[in-house]
Amino acid sequence: MDGNINKTVIRLEHIGMIYKTGTINYEALKDINLTIYKGEFFSIMGASGSGKSTLMNILGCLDQPTSGKYFLEDEDVSTLSKDRLADIRNKKIGFVFQGFNLIQRLSIIENVELPLFYAGVPHKEANIEAKKALRLVDIAENKENNFPNQISGGEQQRVAIARAIVHNASIIMADEPTGNLDSVRSNELMSFFKKINDERNVTIILVTHEPDVAAFAKKHIIVKDGHIVDN
Amino acid sequence: MKFPILLDIQSAFKTFARNKARSFLTTLGIIIGVASVIATVSIGQGASASVQNAINALGSNLLIILPGSSNLGGVQTGFGELSTLTLQDAKAIRKLPAVKTDAANIRMNEQVIWRGNNWGTSVMGTSSTFPVIKKWPVTKGEFFDKQQDDTAANVAVIGTTVATQLFGLMNPVGHIVLIHNVPFKIIGELKAIGFNAFGQDQDDIVAIPITTMMEKIAGISWVNIIMVSAKSKKDTGLAQNQITALLRQRHHIPPHKPNDFYVRNLTQIAQTAGSSAQIFTILLAAVAAVSLLVGGIGIMNIMLVSVTERTKEIGIRMAVGAKKNDILKQFLIESSVLSLFGGVLGIGLGVGISDLISLISPLHTILTIEPIIISIIFSVAVGVFFGFYPAYKASNLNPVEALRYE
Repeated sequence: MDGNINKTVIRLEHIGMIYKTGTINYEALKDINLTIYKGEFFSIMGASGSGKSTLMNILGCLDQPTSGKYFLEDEDVSTLSKDRLADIRNKKIGFVFQGFNLIQRLSIIENVELPLFYAGVPHKEANIEAKKALRLVDIAENKENNFPNQISGGEQQRVAIARAIVHNASIIMADEPTGNLDSVRSNELMSFFKKINDERNVTIILVTHEPDVAAFAKKHIIVKDGHIVDN
Repeated sequence: MKFPILLDIQSAFKTFARNKARSFLTTLGIIIGVASVIATVSIGQGASASVQNAINALGSNLLIILPGSSNLGGVQTGFGELSTLTLQDAKAIRKLPAVKTDAANIRMNEQVIWRGNNWGTSVMGTSSTFPVIKKWPVTKGEFFDKQQDDTAANVAVIGTTVATQLFGLMNPVGHIVLIHNVPFKIIGELKAIGFNAFGQDQDDIVAIPITTMMEKIAGISWVNIIMVSAKSKKDTGLAQNQITALLRQRHHIPPHKPNDFYVRNLTQIAQTAGSSAQIFTILLAAVAAVSLLVGGIGIMNIMLVSVTERTKEIGIRMAVGAKKNDILKQFLIESSVLSLFGGVLGIGLGVGISDLISLISPLHTILTIEPIIISIIFSVAVGVFFGFYPAYKASNLNPVEALRYE
């Protein structure tokens, strides 16, 4: 881990994001400059409406900035096509969302296999990798074929982590991952993030408004009114 | 292939399994549409085949020559009223290059008597070529030959109805019957061919040589009808022209005068009847296709609902790496599988209806593989066509907005 610590994974240069609604322009992000290194456990804090989720959408290649440049592992991704961005998400980024965002009509194992299917991994191999990922987050084998609504919220979020790491993503974006969990489950979940960060050297970017949760991260930024106000 | 198609199909089935009633109701339009196509086409094909069979049963490459009509004091009679056709005309026609053979006919209703039994039937004087022209063989004994025809021999070949009525289960060959008080030796029995398209019992007949008919029964020198077999189906038109030219010449008809005979080309009639049946089939299929169209709109509607319901799922798939084409393909496969499923059920229902119609009604249905294959292709095409817009809509969703959708 230490050997990679200074390798830049993410670099934002003068990133701006303006949403247009009819004739009204809303500036969600203003001149954001940020560098994140490989293996960092990084938190983005801020109040509701501060722009932190917009920043995460850009960092996660779900959205593109209206100005500035975004380098992901030295590749400028700020102007790539939608399909190329999908490819980057599939290969390099794993997501954990507040609402778990598991597909309810797919079984747990099928949810975890999903990124591998879109990566073109044969089903048998995908199934083996998904099982490994589920073991890593302590999901029992007898629950693999359950549907998401048949397991607890804490377990669902661990399944989401398994889905985020199954394809060996180098970055995990976690948007308010503990928002739907009680404090015990929150701590348990954050321990998993820490474990993945320590053992796999995966860069973790955590978006949260809870200081207790942000405390698990090693670096922090605070976003307010579309600016980074504290680093 | 990035996302194996079988998994997409499997996923489509899972989706339908979760909404069984909705999926079934969605496919109902396709089921009814395909079943209608299959049933109506089978009825149309059955009707077409019946017409063709009825016409083919009349004879091969057949032309029928009838005497013309007469005009008596302004009253125009129908065809066959004149006595302009003779045996010599038939013999001359036989020599035409496009003609294979001919048979002149005279028909009269007579009482046939054997011992204590008698039966009123149609006695037909005809030529020895009759079995060839009519494709109507004998099953017992033999048909009279040319020599018996030329010598006006007292021989007869009877149909199965006459045989049954006079002789019961006995073999009629060799027995002597009386027709118009003239003794005839039965030398053969015709194969049973049943009723014609107009409901007449074709086996209720006695065939005797035409010369015998003219000299010993009817006492006439003209014939009612001359049946001609052209060399081939494509020669029927040519034969018709040659016969017309020959008879006009033989009957000394000046160029400005109408024919005193009439030539009917049964191949042309068969073709006309065939194309009428085809138009009937196309018309029925077109009506049924409208149901398919309605079914397709039903599929589009439910797929649009499905895309809206599954907006979040689409967002999740996009977040983990699904490209536009992956989403497009997934929804297209779902709509196609849904439509195909309806198509397969529709085929089953259509085949059932077709069999039922054949079973409980006088209509004869014929089901070939073509409408089944076309129905399968068409139902998939309906799924692709009507599923495209919802699938396109799904594939163009913004991942951030889709993920936010509740």
